[in-house]
Amino acid sequence: MPSLPDMTTPQVAELAQPDAGQEAFFEMLLRIGDSALVLGHRVSEWCGHSPALEEDIALANVALDLIGQTQLWLGLAGEVEGQGRSADDLAYLRDAWDFRNLLICERPNGDFGHTLMRQFLFDAWHYELLKGLAASSDPRVAEIAAKAGKEVAYHLERSSDLVVRLGDGTEESHRRMQEALDALWPYAGEMFIGDDKDAELAARGIAPDPASLRAGWDATLRHVLGEATLQIPDSDFAHKGGKQGIHTEHLGYILAEMQFLQRAYPGASW
Amino acid sequence: MAAATHPSVEEVWGWLSEVPDPEIPVISLTDLGIIRGVEWQGDTLVVRVTPTYSGCPATSIINLDIETALRGRGIEKLRLERQLTPPWTTDWITEAGREKLRAYGIAPPIDGTAADGVLAGRIARMTGANLTIACPRCGSTNTEKISQFGSTPCKANYRCKDCLEPFDYFKCL
Repeated sequence: MPSLPDMTTPQVAELAQPDAGQEAFFEMLLRIGDSALVLGHRVSEWCGHSPALEEDIALANVALDLIGQTQLWLGLAGEVEGQGRSADDLAYLRDAWDFRNLLICERPNGDFGHTLMRQFLFDAWHYELLKGLAASSDPRVAEIAAKAGKEVAYHLERSSDLVVRLGDGTEESHRRMQEALDALWPYAGEMFIGDDKDAELAARGIAPDPASLRAGWDATLRHVLGEATLQIPDSDFAHKGGKQGIHTEHLGYILAEMQFLQRAYPGASW
Repeated sequence: MAAATHPSVEEVWGWLSEVPDPEIPVISLTDLGIIRGVEWQGDTLVVRVTPTYSGCPATSIINLDIETALRGRGIEKLRLERQLTPPWTTDWITEAGREKLRAYGIAPPIDGTAADGVLAGRIARMTGANLTIACPRCGSTNTEKISQFGSTPCKANYRCKDCLEPFDYFKCL
């Protein structure tokens, strides 16, 4: 256990009462960490249920990467918050309104094509985000982003490949992929909508402005979805609220399952 | 205790080179290239370890194995630190480590073929058109990718079309 800091130093007094800047920073880390956590949990629901053994293993491994990244992001969030909360505390002991994940991450899995389309839309954004964060003015953010970015480059290649194969596959697989894209499209726009916290972090060089990630994401979509013979929906409508803690009914069910053990047996470990 | 009685840093590196990776026990932690630093800070031995994949479940086992090995050598004050920068890539696997992987039946990574998110090269990488993975069993390059993930996140599944043996390829990261 680290030794307790001297409470009389001004630096520690600042830490104990985070300024508005720290608060925005903490929120940003929750937004990234919670998105990875909730999507990681969703993807892990496929474990043992995938259409093929190789896909089962692949999905479980993508989920594992996302949960691993969650530990880094939420670990840093706890450090920035300065209230002594660990990554586990943040994951297991907050309720739905404290979660800051994007709504797309909590969408139900649907069929395999739906899961892959969600993954592709997310990976393409995640990749752009981490590229931006790797240049963060905060070295702790930059090093996590550099680490996670290598994993996400692989996720993006994998989901792109499968979206192309299934989109430009049989009539049935094409139909399902287009349906998945149409259904998920209204949940994609939230990735690029910033608020005052995003603006503050962008001004401080800690994180890229969400809107600035759109061009790279659009380019990836045009390339991959074009190759997949899928139509990009012509609508700008975007559901939003996840980043502010306003969620769909699905998140509560995810948390009920994910948090059950720590709620029923507080502090349990093995 | 006087500083002079400390085992040297070189000696500690030697001990760590005998600690096997828990998932691929044929190579050691130093072969894998995940030990980033060993130093004495006063009477405390500090070992810096970098994770392979951020979600790799072996990370905590690795830390436990390091601790067990060093305590077994009489190290009492020990601190393990996580170092993320520079991020681990397969380039850190030593030449000796690559040979051990091959002998064990795992095709070692081919440098410079990591995913970079640049989609132009995606198809080639996916189909393996720009990658020739030699079968670690018979040496044939007539092989095909079965799955992008193998027995662990760091490996992909391949099959040799000549000797028909399936094998793991340690992906380039």
